[in-house]
Amino acid sequence: MTLLRVERLHKSFGGFEAVRDVGFTLEAGERLAIIGPNGAGKSTCFNMIGGQLRPDHGRVLLDGEDITGLPPRAVWRKGVGRTFQIAAAFGSMTVAENVQMALMNHHGRARALFPLARELYREEALALLERVGIRDQAERFCSMLAYGDIKRVELAVALAHDPRLLLMDEPTAGMAPAERHALMRLVSAIVAERGIAVLFTEHDMDVVFAYADRILVINRGRLIAEGPPEKVRADREVQAIYLGSTVESPA
Amino acid sequence: MDPGFFVVQFLNGLATASFLFMASAGLTIVFGVTRIVNFAHGSFYMLGAYLAYTLAGIFMDAAYGAMSFWGAIFLAAVIVGLLGILLELVVLRRIYDAPELFQLLATFAVVLIVQDLVRMTWGGEDLLGPRAPGLKSFVLVAGRRFPEYELAMIFAGPLVLGALWLLFHRTRFGVLVRAATLDREMVGALGVNQALLFTGVLFLGAFLAGLAGALQLPREPANPYMDVNIIVEAFVVTVIGGMGSVTGAFLAALLIGELQAFGILVFPKITLVLAFLVMAVVLIVRPYGLLGRPQAESHGAARAGAGLAAGTPLQRGFWLALLALLLVLPLFADEYSLKLMIELLIFGLFAFSLNFIMGWGGIVSFGHAAYFGLGAYGAALLVHHFAWPMEGALLAAPLVAGTAALVFGALCVRLSGVYLAMLTLAFAQIVYAVAFQWVEFTGGDNGLIGIWPASWAASRTVYYYLTLAVSLAGIGLLWRFLYAPFGYSSRAVRDSAIRADAIGIDPRYQRWLAFTVSGIAAGLGGGLYVFSKGNIDPEVLAIPTSVDALTMVLIGGVETVTGPLAGAALLTLLKDFVMPLTLYWKMVMGVLILGMVLAFPKGLVGILADRLPALQARPAERERPA
Amino acid sequence: MNGGAMLEVEGLVTFYGRAQILFDLALEVAEGEVLVLMGRNGAGKSTTLKSIMGLVRPAAGSVRFRGRELTGLPPFRIARSGVGYVPEERRIFAELTVEENLEVGRREAPPGKEPWTPSRLYALFPNLAELRRRRADRISGGEQQMLAIARTLMGNPELLLLDEPSEGLAPVIVDQMVAALTGLRQHGVSILLSEQNLHFAGRIAERACIIEKGQIRWRGTMQALLADEEVRRAYLSV
Repeated sequence: MTLLRVERLHKSFGGFEAVRDVGFTLEAGERLAIIGPNGAGKSTCFNMIGGQLRPDHGRVLLDGEDITGLPPRAVWRKGVGRTFQIAAAFGSMTVAENVQMALMNHHGRARALFPLARELYREEALALLERVGIRDQAERFCSMLAYGDIKRVELAVALAHDPRLLLMDEPTAGMAPAERHALMRLVSAIVAERGIAVLFTEHDMDVVFAYADRILVINRGRLIAEGPPEKVRADREVQAIYLGSTVESPA
Repeated sequence: MDPGFFVVQFLNGLATASFLFMASAGLTIVFGVTRIVNFAHGSFYMLGAYLAYTLAGIFMDAAYGAMSFWGAIFLAAVIVGLLGILLELVVLRRIYDAPELFQLLATFAVVLIVQDLVRMTWGGEDLLGPRAPGLKSFVLVAGRRFPEYELAMIFAGPLVLGALWLLFHRTRFGVLVRAATLDREMVGALGVNQALLFTGVLFLGAFLAGLAGALQLPREPANPYMDVNIIVEAFVVTVIGGMGSVTGAFLAALLIGELQAFGILVFPKITLVLAFLVMAVVLIVRPYGLLGRPQAESHGAARAGAGLAAGTPLQRGFWLALLALLLVLPLFADEYSLKLMIELLIFGLFAFSLNFIMGWGGIVSFGHAAYFGLGAYGAALLVHHFAWPMEGALLAAPLVAGTAALVFGALCVRLSGVYLAMLTLAFAQIVYAVAFQWVEFTGGDNGLIGIWPASWAASRTVYYYLTLAVSLAGIGLLWRFLYAPFGYSSRAVRDSAIRADAIGIDPRYQRWLAFTVSGIAAGLGGGLYVFSKGNIDPEVLAIPTSVDALTMVLIGGVETVTGPLAGAALLTLLKDFVMPLTLYWKMVMGVLILGMVLAFPKGLVGILADRLPALQARPAERERPA
Repeated sequence: MNGGAMLEVEGLVTFYGRAQILFDLALEVAEGEVLVLMGRNGAGKSTTLKSIMGLVRPAAGSVRFRGRELTGLPPFRIARSGVGYVPEERRIFAELTVEENLEVGRREAPPGKEPWTPSRLYALFPNLAELRRRRADRISGGEQQMLAIARTLMGNPELLLLDEPSEGLAPVIVDQMVAALTGLRQHGVSILLSEQNLHFAGRIAERACIIEKGQIRWRGTMQALLADEEVRRAYLSV
């Protein structure tokens, strides 16, 4: 079943075309990686799906429903959870409160004036933290956490509203090598057990080839290759952009 | 109408513009490079005028003539420039990386200190300076008389602009300043010592302010209020032009100058408001001013921000004991102490409401006086013009303030950092100007008198209990909101707007709601205030009121819940204690604020929390319901 | 340590916030050589250069230049000690002219060295000569890159830190860049280059270090790297 369909997505900044007519699909239960050199348009692409940027043209369909140009909060409400390249947690809240904050929104009570926030949806939050392996950190403030653990907090937060799709922008950036695989194993397990899909960008090729079912390669805003890991690895054009022979004409 | 009149009015506008530009250019240059909004710029301007007065006196006594006069003007500007260097070395250098609030307060503390230094040195009287030799007469313009000095000043502004252009384009220093305005870090990586560059920029900024002040002397006597008056106008010009843009400041000065010259013909009643209205409109259409650029990053953004801990039994015991003490206070307190306590409670609510958005929402408001004052005026006007009873007026006060906060807030929360602070200031000044100029309705400068409590609440003791009940209810509600999802959502937006948006919170909407709630609470405090005083005048809406609230929050600690209350208590008591002791209490306050900013950025409660862990529960010790 | 090392970096550990980027990184650049730091994006190349320049403060480790400890110095001191830095994003001063950009970078040359002047730099980067009065945001990306290098050279550095100079440049511009950098070497400027483009690096560098996940994983001559398909596949390819 096609969960996410991206059609001819396009975005330019000033005269610079960051993303040019990118289209792809993502099936439920699938792990899809987007790779490419710096400035290739990965993050722009990501932010157009997540609602942080509005595309110039093109469409984003979630389960057949058009979500193009919706703001991030609306995309979230449609069932998309997201993590950021530079982990963004609420530093002044505890780990548990971070997840509770997401749950309060999910239950439509984020603007309630009187209940004590720290008592709301606490059990649910702790269960999610248990699932991502940081239940023991629940009472620590996020500002005091190791970076790898913040990435896990983000994951728990992204899972709070039972999303159908996870968007993870460089989930392992800034983590020690050993932690990276642990995190990606966890993501894979969650994807499998919940039947959700994950779309991620990544710099670490070990991670990409170990955990992606399918890979999209973007260069200079264009999709230049797509397929299972072995096929992408063997692609001559992909080889060229990663090793830097300038096969393309100037932009 | 006579066309000559229009020509003269146009020339008047040009002269005003010229002065506005000279008074603003230094402010915008300093901001561009250091990213500090320097309130003390107004002090430099004032010092320029006073120094020119003294120097011109000496020089022209020795040898009357144009040389003596212009020499005095120039020397005054140079001395002020040197004072700018002193400010950079002693104060600014320590706060370049501090949050905006600290920078604003530190430079405002300098304003307070300089005000009293000026009064000590020159006294409080207006000092009329000599007129410029050779420019004392009039010229005929379209059949009307126009002062020669004004005519000369019309050329002074463009002359300064030209000189600055040459400085910035033809000297190495100028090129470095422009480069630093664009990318400070890169300039450092190319081997330029930023500290020296900043010192030079402060000299230039202060020199220009001093020059503008000195040139003002033949037009208007040196007086102890010129610092705050000019800084407000200079802010408007700088913000409209785009902070950091000299050319923008020139255009903005022209706009404001002509607007004032002709506005007075069309809307004689609202000349004061006009400039701020223009500023508000410009900021709404172009959030960074006519020629401004977005700021790279707000200073406050990188901070982790404070968390909220559940109360410990010890803390609860403390608050209960305090409440009990407040309840029995009238049994042994005299009339005066009760009056002081009423004030303290009201300012506690006011400061708490400010920190509700500032500390816990990341919205630095520099015009919170607007909502306090609108509550006060709202109640007073209803009593005065419509004979409302106290009870109704007290209920209406927060609604009036809340409505204003709803409208102004919608526009303010689109911005962030210094621009937001400046827009809140602009709105506060608009309200101030309306209260000041709409004499028939508000009583103007004199304000309204005879706004007394209902007869049942007329005794000091009863009004104390009323204030206690209402302000504690207000504080208690805000306090509860902080611990409720609403407060958490505000804090989420403060900590990371992008993350908040990605879990369903609309950051702007949340900030808007919090701003409005805060305005309502401030208005409630204002309502209580007017009945405790019995009268009201525009001072309640002026900048010092906003600064008082900021100072209270700062003294107590921005990143604390109870800090603003402690800060309100301390500042109120301190003023009460210091003011009778010395004529120069502003200086005392200035030194205290400055010391506070430089030495204890966490504030009183912050320090206590660090020293006495029991007061502020640490996460590890937190009791948790299962 | 051989006596010829101009720049010695040891045990460098750098964080961004709480994210660790560099893990105990070590490298050295010899007098007069061009060393390329290769690696995929996100590997830590830029962070290494920024740590050397003092733009991010390393949590641990040392950076010595001609035997002098640089760690903890502010960037302008590091620049004045003879290290020049050209950032990846170029960071030219957009509202200044080409000439003014050069002026910002100008510093006295060390005694006995012929200082870089705008005219010498225009000889090295001929495109810039006719653009000298043009605002820097009105010139092409390749010209901006040349300007960024020229601006840093105005400070007469003995060692140049160049962060991905070929990124986003058209092949013809890359050729000009190779020519200019080769010219620089002849003027006795040592270069530490970060690069992803193997072909570009191969044309100017003698030695290479490969960085991956914040550590140097491989070091050797450029010829050895070009000959070793396995290393390339492991660290540089997909």
